[in-house]
Amino acid sequence: MVKEMSNYRADFPILQQKVNDEPLVYLDNAATAQKPKAVVEALEYYYYHDNANVHRGVHTLAERATEQFEAVRQKVANFINAPSSQEIVYTKGTTEALNWVAASYGATHVKAGDEIVISYMEHHSNLVPWQQLAQKTGAVLKYIDFTATGELDLNSAEQQITDKTAIVALTQASNVLGVINPIKQVAALAHQHGAIMVVDGAQSTPHIKVDVQALDADFYAFSGHKLMAPTGIGILWGKSELLADMPPLEFGGEMIDWVQLQKTTFKAAPWKFEGGTQNIAGVIGLGAAIDYLSAIGMDRIAAHERQLVDYLLPALLEIPGVTVYGPHDPAKHTGVISFNLDNLHPHDVATALDMEGVAVRAGHHCAQPLMEHLKVAATVRASLYLYNNLEDAQRLVKALKATKEFFNHGTV
Amino acid sequence: MALSKLDNLYRQVVLDHAMHPHHHGSLKRADHQMEIRNPTCGDVLNVEVALKDGKVSEIAFSGSGCTISQASASMMTDEVIGKTPAQISQMVETFSEMVIGNPPADYEKLLGDAAILEGVAKFPARIKCATLAWKAVYQAVGNENGEASAGIMRHEQL
Ligand SMILES: Cc1ncc(COP(=O)(O)O)c(C=O)c1O
Repeated sequence: MVKEMSNYRADFPILQQKVNDEPLVYLDNAATAQKPKAVVEALEYYYYHDNANVHRGVHTLAERATEQFEAVRQKVANFINAPSSQEIVYTKGTTEALNWVAASYGATHVKAGDEIVISYMEHHSNLVPWQQLAQKTGAVLKYIDFTATGELDLNSAEQQITDKTAIVALTQASNVLGVINPIKQVAALAHQHGAIMVVDGAQSTPHIKVDVQALDADFYAFSGHKLMAPTGIGILWGKSELLADMPPLEFGGEMIDWVQLQKTTFKAAPWKFEGGTQNIAGVIGLGAAIDYLSAIGMDRIAAHERQLVDYLLPALLEIPGVTVYGPHDPAKHTGVISFNLDNLHPHDVATALDMEGVAVRAGHHCAQPLMEHLKVAATVRASLYLYNNLEDAQRLVKALKATKEFFNHGTV
Repeated sequence: MALSKLDNLYRQVVLDHAMHPHHHGSLKRADHQMEIRNPTCGDVLNVEVALKDGKVSEIAFSGSGCTISQASASMMTDEVIGKTPAQISQMVETFSEMVIGNPPADYEKLLGDAAILEGVAKFPARIKCATLAWKAVYQAVGNENGEASAGIMRHEQL
């Protein structure tokens, strides 16, 4: 029996509370998602019944923990359609995954004069690691522009990606502009010029069906916490031949094959990257989150969010003084909507919305170069997920109108 | 309606200061200068101070920010004129205590009009917005060791 989308909200106890005397409307999903009971219960079950260190013991608990820990690799592989579970590396999150690609693959494959191409809409975690790599190696960091409507400019991509390009790194979905980028086309360009394609999937994996093979990516990174898993667990997927060719970055327990006094050999990927005791409970929570999302169906989640955006985007644009960044066509917009209201500072708007029980994010969203490109100091950002409903969207619109009124007249 | 709680934060005086800030701009001649950044929101505030006979004779601030940070900067500039660095240090400490809900007994006397920002204590997410300008002037004219500094600071370093 498939449940109606409206029934899933009850799986999230945190949403059933009042904040500042108003029922909570949680619209900060791009920062982190709330957790369904199924995920919290999986953690609880693990700690109450199966907790042990993995790969280290012959006792029954160790065996159970190891089995579950490794089974989640296959779940993740299925979730993003990776060819093999051995291409799934556990990380702390997107940031660590991207840093590892830069510090391990990048440091061994990029040389002075090479180019690294990213875009103006990257989160700092898909920008600073490449900037660091460029500084260390003498490579050149280049930026793909976006169009007036906030969509990635493929003409600019064609100009920026050249035979000197070693790495192209791009976000699949923007955490500010609310667009999905044409990864497949950019990957084709990258490969034409002999570069590899690195994809930041932090904002896409929670909301749309991802297929790393169809995208023709070489590396793909995402965070568990944005798709209802606990914080502190994320994934780096890489093509097996690339992972095989990468040196590990952390040395110690778990990742070794044979340690002698003067030399050590390492395990194969993915284990050679996973030094020390891992976030085992996080992995198990990630498995539960993937099960939860898969049971609903990523296509239904995307369709539900599409419906909300169809209402919300035009409703925001109708409020006089609202500027929305990114496309104004709901068909081109994800559930991440960044905007400003009149000349109000986003912090003032976010405080006012919070008083109405509406949680949004205000700031530069870890995308300072993008803010500079948009010529704003900061924006307000509302971001949706599967448990949000039309009433949440209406509450945001109503609260914004009240905020406007408050600051225009100093009273309500 | 819940927005009415905002009145405790955005008092009319606060809105007026933010809309028409006092001492906004820069000085022809400054003895001390400090630029301070709030990395969580990207706001930047620049404070310039001129001293005469060991007291602040002129002050100016520039930069962008939210209503609270702009109003607080404007009020700060009003209150520190004519004060010595030691007095300013004491004011900044008093202000910092006030906005976390522990105002010392004499805070209204020490802070003058800026005492109206005590409502910030009920909005913990906004405390840094309120303290930005005060930390900047504190760094500019001298910390408790009497050392003045110039340059760029990040808010969290203070
Ligand atoms: C597009 C994008 N990339 C990367 C990240 C970093 O994710 P994490 O902080 O989980 O490592 C985020 C999250 O804020 C993001 O939105």
